[in-house]
Amino acid sequence: MKRRRLLLKGLVWVLGLAPLVWLLWRGFTDRLGANPIEEVLHRLGDTALIALLVTLSITPIRRLTGWNSLAPLRRPVGLFAFFYLTMHFLWYSVVDQTLDLAFIIEDIVERPYILAGVTAWLLLIPLAVTSTKGWIRRLKKNWKRLHRLVYVATSLGVLHFYWQVKADTYWPLVATTVLVVLMLLRFRWRRA
Amino acid sequence: MLIRKPDDIPSSEITPERVYINRREFIGKTAGIALGGATGGALIGGAVGGGFMVGPGTAAAQTSPGGQRDWSGVVSEMGEELTPYEDVTSYNNFYEFGTQKDDPFKNAHTLQPRPWTIEVGGMCANPGVYGLEDFIKPGTMEDRIYRMRCVEAWSMVIPWYGFALKDVIDRAAPLGSARYVEFKTLHDPVQMPGQRSRVLYWPYVEGLRLDEARHPLTILATGVYGRDLPNQNGAPIRLVVPWKYGFKGIKSIVSMTFMEQEPYNSWKRAAASEYGFYANVNPAVNHPRWSQARERRLGEFRRRETLLFNGYVDQVASLYAGMDLRVYY
Repeated sequence: MKRRRLLLKGLVWVLGLAPLVWLLWRGFTDRLGANPIEEVLHRLGDTALIALLVTLSITPIRRLTGWNSLAPLRRPVGLFAFFYLTMHFLWYSVVDQTLDLAFIIEDIVERPYILAGVTAWLLLIPLAVTSTKGWIRRLKKNWKRLHRLVYVATSLGVLHFYWQVKADTYWPLVATTVLVVLMLLRFRWRRA
Repeated sequence: MLIRKPDDIPSSEITPERVYINRREFIGKTAGIALGGATGGALIGGAVGGGFMVGPGTAAAQTSPGGQRDWSGVVSEMGEELTPYEDVTSYNNFYEFGTQKDDPFKNAHTLQPRPWTIEVGGMCANPGVYGLEDFIKPGTMEDRIYRMRCVEAWSMVIPWYGFALKDVIDRAAPLGSARYVEFKTLHDPVQMPGQRSRVLYWPYVEGLRLDEARHPLTILATGVYGRDLPNQNGAPIRLVVPWKYGFKGIKSIVSMTFMEQEPYNSWKRAAASEYGFYANVNPAVNHPRWSQARERRLGEFRRRETLLFNGYVDQVASLYAGMDLRVYY
């Protein structure tokens, strides 16, 4: 049992770091295309959103399959999501916008998709901070309440993805569908 | 209707002098080779024109002089470096081959740009269907180094090879009542697999007001970096209107129609609140979802300021005198 848990955790770390290693490899071998800044920005964003959706899918999968050993994976997967989202935000503000505050503020205030994305990131900060055992103990019932913010943050992430697409909404719709299915499964269990 | 005469730009200002001079040398040499080497081939193009091509029946029909020119050190009229050929030909928006920037490079091999015909019709005295070779015949082929600003806020500097659209318009002789010209891209989901998905209304439609179309900066390009256009860049012939956002530069053109009413261009049809008919580059008029004040020039780290009419304000501003560019975006 312990071995299995270790194996699963190892798998999460390997899969969690793979997108970063892949980007670094592409960067160092000049395989990021003609617009590397945009490419890295988009791939970090994709990875963050995928990791958030994976976080939300752990409980439904656990309930469907009865694999209770999946439960402890929520924290590392969630933290990877936060890591990539933070990288995405930093890449946007430091590299893409070269810390030009006037433009960043204008973006946040005037572009709903940027506001949605930034809000999602801000909402995840307290979740990342309180992800330790100590905080779980301290917050008791409120911990669960607080961590329901992940639903809001993920929904904002999907919206952010959807709003910045020009015409091809295929992948944003896939993300929306996954999110809706995961939420419906939860509601079904709550009522049952 | 009042037809304003736009200021002319001498082509010596658009084409760097060195290239201009080299080109003549080059043409002299290749013309000799073409005449001597191609049996049954025909040399087409005016005295100033560099475009030569081998007549029908020869597989190697070519609309540009080939890639032998040395482009190192060549810059735009503002001293901007050219975007490398590899970037110009691998980072494209051409939804007929997919919506990702590298999709056209990967997928456009299914397009067959030869043989190619272009239909000229609508309100004009001389409609007709032309083979590509005949279509470009009256044109004076030359290199034109233009900035290309995408509506997505990135930009390139590209040495096109082409000729003034005005040449074709003059030959077609539009009627007095014609005010616009509409272009269409090939519609063939076999050659253009992206047309199987309905991300846009196919075929792709674009258009210009006739005075914009006749403007000396407006060209039909058949090449880039002196070579034939690669498929992903809109082979065999595409529109280039350097003071407008890139989506106005319709690719792989099969028809040109003169009309009285404003053409209903594809992006306007897809999202009229975001993309207009005019689509003039304008840092003061933002896209509803993102800023147009700055742009990323590919290859540069920091974003640069976007210029009104993409830096061609002296040449084209008079076309829009008295128009509210916020309304006609």
